[in-house]
Amino acid sequence: MKITFPHMGNMYICVRALLEYLDLDVVVPPPTSKRTLTLGTAVAPEFACLPLKINLGNFIEARELGADTVIMAGGRGPCRFGYYAQIEKGILEDLGMELKMLVIEPPQKSVREFLQEIKDTAGGKSWWTIIRAIRFGWEKIKAVDEIEKEVMRLRAREEKTGVVDAVYREALQAVDRAGSYEELKGAVREAKERLAAVPLRKEEDDILRIGITGEIYTLLEPFANLDIERKLGRMGVEVERSIMLSEWIDEHLFLGLARHNHGHETKRAARPYINHFVGGHGQETLGSVNRYWQQGFDGVIQLMPFTCMPEIVAQSVLPRAREELDMPVLTLIVDEHTGEAGFITRLEAFVDLLRHRKERKREGKLVVPVGRA
Amino acid sequence: MRVGIPRGMLFYHYYPLWRTFFSELGAETAVSPATNKEVLGRGVAEAVDETCLPVKIFYGHVAWLLERGIDVVFVPRLVSVEKGAYICPKLLGLPDMIRNHFRLDGKIIDVTVNLNRKPRQLYRAVYETGRLFTKRPDCIYRAFCRGLECLKQYEKLLQRGLWPEEALAVMENRSGSREEKEKEGERLNLALIGHVYNLYDGYASMNLLTKLNRMGVRVFTPETLPWYLIQQRAATLPKPLFWTLGKRMVGAAFHYLADPTIHGVIYYVAAFGCGPDSFTADIVSRQARRLRKPFLLLTVDEHSGEAGLVTRLEAFVDMVRWRLEKDENNLPAHG
Ligand code: SF4
Ligand code: SF4
Repeated sequence: MKITFPHMGNMYICVRALLEYLDLDVVVPPPTSKRTLTLGTAVAPEFACLPLKINLGNFIEARELGADTVIMAGGRGPCRFGYYAQIEKGILEDLGMELKMLVIEPPQKSVREFLQEIKDTAGGKSWWTIIRAIRFGWEKIKAVDEIEKEVMRLRAREEKTGVVDAVYREALQAVDRAGSYEELKGAVREAKERLAAVPLRKEEDDILRIGITGEIYTLLEPFANLDIERKLGRMGVEVERSIMLSEWIDEHLFLGLARHNHGHETKRAARPYINHFVGGHGQETLGSVNRYWQQGFDGVIQLMPFTCMPEIVAQSVLPRAREELDMPVLTLIVDEHTGEAGFITRLEAFVDLLRHRKERKREGKLVVPVGRA
Repeated sequence: MRVGIPRGMLFYHYYPLWRTFFSELGAETAVSPATNKEVLGRGVAEAVDETCLPVKIFYGHVAWLLERGIDVVFVPRLVSVEKGAYICPKLLGLPDMIRNHFRLDGKIIDVTVNLNRKPRQLYRAVYETGRLFTKRPDCIYRAFCRGLECLKQYEKLLQRGLWPEEALAVMENRSGSREEKEKEGERLNLALIGHVYNLYDGYASMNLLTKLNRMGVRVFTPETLPWYLIQQRAATLPKPLFWTLGKRMVGAAFHYLADPTIHGVIYYVAAFGCGPDSFTADIVSRQARRLRKPFLLLTVDEHSGEAGLVTRLEAFVDMVRWRLEKDENNLPAHG
């Protein structure tokens, strides 16, 4: 059995760690690229959302490398993600590219039961080993998130463009390679030291803070969001992302066992605008806008794939929040036709607008509203 | 208090219930007209570009009502109407979209109906709505029961093959039956599968139903099937679908695809931006290929022209007729 899985940002690091801990044969799909997208788009339903198309591309490319089994998460709706695996399986079968699909469906099937099933097919491992494997994967993803947060802060401040990203790339590799807790700790320590040593610019007051929120996959997968965090970082923008990978994994796969309170607060902050769960992270998007406003951010970007249902709800409600909070919000919609040039133009225009506002605020020409509780 | 009821989204699923409920409680209701150019135009202008056509149309109906001096708009939050399934993210968020867009705080009845995990929650929603008109729970309860009776009666009429507008006319003692052009021997049975708010919105669907009738087609829809049958058919999927409307469409399509008295199936998708349909269409197309049944995936959006629609329908109807004749001449081949 050769196992593969769809890419989503740095997730491969934790999944690989977990599976290899169980001595399973893992095929990490090649990094998502134009080719991946082209392959996926060719076989996916036209109006399916972007993540499904990229998933399919990942599977086809992993199959070329010998993968025969896919593991992925399921869900209970109402957004389409919960039915991805079934649609993908049907499409691949039609193409004669069968792959066995193993789907984690909490709460019907917890992550542990799911891994047990994998282990049973691959020659039993003890319960205890499985739990240790999950922990190890989990620690890795927390390490990655920790490093990434620092990277997002520093990109806007580095003296020479690209230094932070070079350190980041190597740090990811080191975390990915780490075979024990010791090595993992070492990798994190080294990454932090090296990041701390990056020479920074002197002046601080031109730095803008933008919060990025929206649909989870586009938030976490740099290919899908045209590497927006790096682009903004290099324009001197400190970026904060409304949900990190570890938070998503906790919420979606561990059903909140690791207890991030973050989600609850965000939902509460959404209430004046969206008063009910609407699938995906549509409600959280509004909550994030409100929280970024409370924290004095300069602007917010909503990222979403074309036709994404929960985010369309959010997008429809955003104008009111934007107006009441006087918070600039830019909605960026991505799909297979999104062009780099137009994307950059829109980002630059937005950043210019925010700079301008910030200056006017400093000169006392812009009055900040009080918002709604 | 005048309650405005937009003739959009799930209107044709539930209107008899809503109407009876409100009128039993002595509330005055106003319903927007069948979608027309004005309504559609307003909707397209008010809603965000990315959303699906039915939601845009719904915005148009709300705008129409608001201009006619109603006091509150009735936009219940229909999260879930059965265990294990939702309607659609957009319907979950619809009251928020409408309330924030039209600034209707306090002027909207947006009670939540969520039967996914808590079936009793329905009574709270009913009570919350009724309380706006009376303080007596027994009156509210009675009004609701009357409403349910009407809904049952309405659904029976639909199963007999009446279209929603006809069924409503019958129930309100207005007459109203369509002349069906029946030429002996030329009758073709086609199933037409789609959301109620697409199929029965004559303006948005460019009178698809009437067009088919004029071509000598007898049309079968999901509404002519009992719900338990749809459930049964949909249960053959490897994983249950968690959209009630999607399940309805897939279950009905599966049923008609396997029914030998139905000569072909049209899966009607108002394509632009419908999330669930992008998946159910894939599932149903695959099944149609497997069963080798004449199948047309008809996608339409607000820019589609009428001429194109007619051409595609005619081509499909001709094809099905041709196949039927061929089969009749070669009876043994199919037993
Ligand atoms: S959240 Fe949006 S993009 Fe993601 S699966 Fe759901 S509908 Fe598709
Ligand atoms: S089911 Fe499709 S058409 Fe209906 S509201 Fe949802 S996205 Fe729109």
